[in-house]
Amino acid sequence: MKLRLITLVCAMTGGAAFAAETGPKDVQFDDYGAIEQSLTGVAGDAANGALIVGEKSKGNCVACHELTALADIPFHGEVGPMLDGAGDRWSEAELRGLVANAKMTFEGTVMPAFYKDDGYIRPGDAYTGKAPSAPLTSILTAQEIEDVVAFLATLKEQ
Amino acid sequence: MNNKALAAVTAVLAFPALVAAGPDDDNLVINDELDMISVTEAPAHTENLDTIYSGWHFRTDETQALQIDDFDNPAMIFVDQAADLFETVDGAAEKSCASCHDGVESFEGLQASMPKVDAESGKLVVMEDLINKCRTDRMEADALKWSGADMQGLVALIGLQSRGIPMNVAIDGAAAPFWEQGKEMYYTRYGQLELSCANCHEENWGNMIRADHLSQGMINGFPTYRLKQAKLISRHNRFRGCIRDTRAETFAEGSDEFRALELYVASRGNGLSVETPAVRQ
Ligand code: HEC
Ligand code: HEC
Repeated sequence: MKLRLITLVCAMTGGAAFAAETGPKDVQFDDYGAIEQSLTGVAGDAANGALIVGEKSKGNCVACHELTALADIPFHGEVGPMLDGAGDRWSEAELRGLVANAKMTFEGTVMPAFYKDDGYIRPGDAYTGKAPSAPLTSILTAQEIEDVVAFLATLKEQ
Repeated sequence: MNNKALAAVTAVLAFPALVAAGPDDDNLVINDELDMISVTEAPAHTENLDTIYSGWHFRTDETQALQIDDFDNPAMIFVDQAADLFETVDGAAEKSCASCHDGVESFEGLQASMPKVDAESGKLVVMEDLINKCRTDRMEADALKWSGADMQGLVALIGLQSRGIPMNVAIDGAAAPFWEQGKEMYYTRYGQLELSCANCHEENWGNMIRADHLSQGMINGFPTYRLKQAKLISRHNRFRGCIRDTRAETFAEGSDEFRALELYVASRGNGLSVETPAVRQ
């Protein structure tokens, strides 16, 4: 039964590797904007999460947030709050909700949604300024979200 | 570019901006004699700002220095070239700008009122439109490319004749519907990052976004000379860049949408001196 379901999902997603993945349109947020369930069922890789948070072409979180753990990356922004201690302030489920779509936690926030693939006004083809030529994908993949969440969970004030 | 300017540019590249919160409180005086209004009370229609600041206040001392002396301002080469172009005969009618206009000084004050509605056509026009109308209708020459060096040189040259005069674009009467359209665009959260002009330039001016110190996104200094690109940058080119950075499909330079946005953004700066050609990093 279980195997058959997985085969079915694989067929629907065009044989994507992560069969148990929750797509951007199927994410369940609770009333406070948290996401209880892992998006992939695969534990996040905090080291890779750190790279995504710093990488301009990925999360580019440091464009808006300062965090001591990535002090070796130059130029952290001050648009959002300092992320030191985020792992104390928020549970894993809350962090997953914040990274996937912070607007579910903070209404109208300037923070972009990283796991969403529709509902935009004039979305472009990444940073080309042109209309997209293929269906939109979320800015980060499900596993990248899990990796970022795993990294954020390590940000403790000790 | 003279040696002093070159040295200053090198200094900017060698010592990237240090984190600085808010606008600085330097005074903008050009050539030691022209006092500019670079900080003033926000106009009543700019609802969410109390004080408006020229983008100059958000730049490093090195970049600021290039704008306060015309000998150091790298934009002036392009303005000088445009002054030659102003005198150059072109097109089937065998005329130059100077054939009809009695010296470029006669445009004093014009920039402060741009964009404006053309009474004849009822359309909102910006400086590039006025220039191209002369080129095509009166000179019978080719229209100039919107963000090309010739066009932006002329826009800067004509704008320079109003340097120091406070911006004062009309937003009522025939301009009102265009202004409303521009305002709507200013608050629309475009692109996959869902960011509006207001998210960055109204809610976060003074904050660093990565390596950039966010200004209020005023256009009184445009066309500006951008050190990174080593040329004059048009207003519409800047709008395009900012919208592209939200992972959005932008509007075209010279589109009616950008004309409307230009009117709205210009009106947010009513009261600030015309500053073109400003210098930015
Ligand atoms: C364009 C700016 C921007 C970007 C980019 C951005 N954020 Fe945020 N973020 C904010 C703002 C602003 C808030 C505060 C929420 C509010 O009040 O609107 C916030 C809040 C947060 C919080 C909760 C803050 C706390 O510690 O209490 C976390 C965690 C967070 N962001 C993580 C991230 C991560 C991870 C990324 C990248 C994948 C990211 N942010 C990208 C602007 C941004
Ligand atoms: C993601 C953030 C962001 C958004 C959204 C954004 N801008 Fe900008 N803008 C910047 C940055 C960064 C700069 C360079 C630093 C500065 O001058 O503020 C800039 C510069 C400018 C400038 C040049 C100011 C000067 O003095 O040279 C103008 C004008 C401008 N923006 C207008 C706009 C308009 C109009 C919109 C909306 C269509 C917009 N921006 C949207 C980030 C943004």
